[in-house]
Amino acid sequence: MDVLDLARWQFGITTVYHFLMVPLTIGLSLLVAGMQTAWVRTGDRKYLAMTKFWGKLLLINFAMGVVTGIVQEFQFGMTWSAYSRFVGDVFGAPLAMEGLVAFFVESTFLGLWIFGWDRLPKKVHLACVWAFSLATIASAYFILAANSWMQHPVGVELVDGRPRLTSIWAVLGNNTTLAAFPHTIFGAFAVAGTFLVGVAAWHLWRRSDDGPVWRASVKFGTWVGVAAFTGLAITGDMQGKLMFEQQPMKMAAAEALCHTESPAAFSVFALGDVSRPDCENVKSITVPALLSFLAHNDFTTEVKGIEDLVPMYQEKYGANYPVDPKLGELSGKPIDYVPNLPVTYWGFRLMIGFGGIAVGAGLLILWLTRGGRTPRGRWFKWLALGSIATPFLANSFGWIFTEMGRQPFVVVPNPSGVDGVWMFTARAVSSSTPGEVLTSLVALTLVYGVLAGVEVFLIRRYVRAGIAGVLPARKPDDDAGSRDDDVLTFAY
Amino acid sequence: METFWFCVIALLWLGYLFLEGFDFGVGMLLPVLGRSERERRVLINTIGPVWDGNEVWLLVAVGATFAAFPAWYAALLSSVYLPLVLFLLALIGRGVAFEYRGKVDSARWRRVWDAVIVTGSWTAALAVGLLLSTTVFGMPLDAAGDRVGSPFASIRWETLLGAVAVAGYALVHGAVFLSLKTEGDVRERARALALRVAPVALLPLLVLLLIVQLRFGSVWTWGASIVVALAALGAYGRLVLRREGQAFALMGVVVAAAVAALFGALHPNVLPSTLDPAWSLTVAGAASSPYTLTVMTWVAAFGTPAVLVYQGWTYWVFRKRIGTRHIPEAHVPAGTTR
Repeated sequence: MDVLDLARWQFGITTVYHFLMVPLTIGLSLLVAGMQTAWVRTGDRKYLAMTKFWGKLLLINFAMGVVTGIVQEFQFGMTWSAYSRFVGDVFGAPLAMEGLVAFFVESTFLGLWIFGWDRLPKKVHLACVWAFSLATIASAYFILAANSWMQHPVGVELVDGRPRLTSIWAVLGNNTTLAAFPHTIFGAFAVAGTFLVGVAAWHLWRRSDDGPVWRASVKFGTWVGVAAFTGLAITGDMQGKLMFEQQPMKMAAAEALCHTESPAAFSVFALGDVSRPDCENVKSITVPALLSFLAHNDFTTEVKGIEDLVPMYQEKYGANYPVDPKLGELSGKPIDYVPNLPVTYWGFRLMIGFGGIAVGAGLLILWLTRGGRTPRGRWFKWLALGSIATPFLANSFGWIFTEMGRQPFVVVPNPSGVDGVWMFTARAVSSSTPGEVLTSLVALTLVYGVLAGVEVFLIRRYVRAGIAGVLPARKPDDDAGSRDDDVLTFAY
Repeated sequence: METFWFCVIALLWLGYLFLEGFDFGVGMLLPVLGRSERERRVLINTIGPVWDGNEVWLLVAVGATFAAFPAWYAALLSSVYLPLVLFLLALIGRGVAFEYRGKVDSARWRRVWDAVIVTGSWTAALAVGLLLSTTVFGMPLDAAGDRVGSPFASIRWETLLGAVAVAGYALVHGAVFLSLKTEGDVRERARALALRVAPVALLPLLVLLLIVQLRFGSVWTWGASIVVALAALGAYGRLVLRREGQAFALMGVVVAAAVAALFGALHPNVLPSTLDPAWSLTVAGAASSPYTLTVMTWVAAFGTPAVLVYQGWTYWVFRKRIGTRHIPEAHVPAGTTR
């Protein structure tokens, strides 16, 4: 493998991994803030128990999100230095803003929240968890603004062959961001809602103590999940329409749509090999005209197929890579404008499929546990635990689809934007040696693997322990108020 | 504007070295000053509420370099690749270790994470020193800003001295911090250790500054270097007199003057090329457009004071000394129950 392949694998692995922790943190932090608010307002110990229990799982998960996020910040410079030079005038700003405006708030107020229990006044302590959770959302905004600029560059002019920022508001207000941001946040709530339902339903199945806490969690989680999936469908549809205008090749790749159709049918499921851009040997179950509707809100719109798009791309962006030793094997070779079709086609379907399974499982669990009921069969345990994984998978496949779907570009050309503002992934990579990137790829993958095991082990342990694991049984002198020499909550 | 942002980057590194400097030091000293489990928990809890916020200074320093000086960011990070991999692994390890070590009540579990904290803190401190001294001494760069030569080109005796300088500073700074934040035996031992190791541990920093000034120095950076030496002496004297707060503040002066001396000597370069001075990355050549720098200036103008206020408030909230008498019994779930 050359540096390009290694760097892409590394970016893919580290990013997908990072984004397992991120949505759980974003979603769960706001839900925990809600639980703590309920406790502060009502004084009901059930809500305190919920805050402490879900809050502890949040912390175990957050630590991993933070440390894997550091890698991301360095990775652009380390393995994608040509990219960093090319886009630096635009792309660095949202990353720096994320750090300065959002991540500082997150880290500082999380520290205050963990160590400030019983030390800070109740309402101030509550404000800390809100500051933390809102900052995670702000964080997501800046990162998605940066990512959306790669999908759809705006707010720039071309100076000396490099994009130069002309309007930060155009970058932050990019319509691609405005659709991707709510979609991602709803995805985070889907993860958190399903997590609540799955864990709590498992406790109900075990007949654990604190039944009311678990029932409340199931209810809360399901409705969060249902709301999130509704939001996901709406924002996903918005994204689809933008994709049709902005990234027609990705649209065609999502459907493995080889020939231009008008009206275009939506493929639900394909039999055969979708990897070929000529669609021979593919039988597909389709819904007539649905793709036209998804693309442009009517049932007649023509959707261009891969066959017709390739010559258009070749004409606009060149048929061959330039002859440049830095491009290695690709130097002077024809540019393949078709993304990896099995990945885009199935990634798109798995995203929607796992999302649907998650919300279905949530509703099913809510219905099965209605009115104090709890099924006794082992199948219920597996339903509960299995459902937890589904929105994580949906998120991962969604990102894999959207990032693989923009290949061979790292910065996708904006059809209505400034000419020349685009970059091939092959040109983006650093001039590092393959040995260097291989070393980091192996080291990071191994460490991430070990840490995944540790995180799952700890989360299982705290999940099993239930409320008793995080909230000591009330002792008679507990209400005596905090002692003068209490300096902080000794969380470590 | 470019020079202003160069100063901002220097300030962000200063914030990082001053703040994470002591939490690296605490991690490095964990087995030395923490003789029992209770004492080790005292040590870790002194930085518990703040280490994560401290680390954000690094992310912002690097992110701001990306935004303001993309060519610097790209050249430095890609050319110091392998040391940075170690740095990242060290930060990953110690970050997770702080959070996870107390989550299971088992001596073996804690021993493993303690080892991760210690090695992670040492490695990270050394790697930061290597990175920063590389940017001061330069790299074999070609005209495009790409490294020429082996992946180990950043490892030279000057940069190794820089690595030891930062680690030595962190060690002393951590000990002074602990003498300020703890009570009882731990406090006494921290103070005694700071006094014992400071003359040796701060020496590499002074030698590093001397070499940098001899090679690239100007009058005022010489001045800053002298301030470093005087502040270090002052910190030592204050610590002898048991004025730990003043000693800690003077350790801040040490790092502030050191950063000023190093970045001042670097200016107007940001990353010199050791092959041809014409290929050196300069403040003007590596910078983003004036518009981007203006945007970033507005963000920094509002963001930075806010950060200082709420981070300062955190330190105020957790200002009291802590000791073994405060440490409660661990409350963690017992082993597996079904």
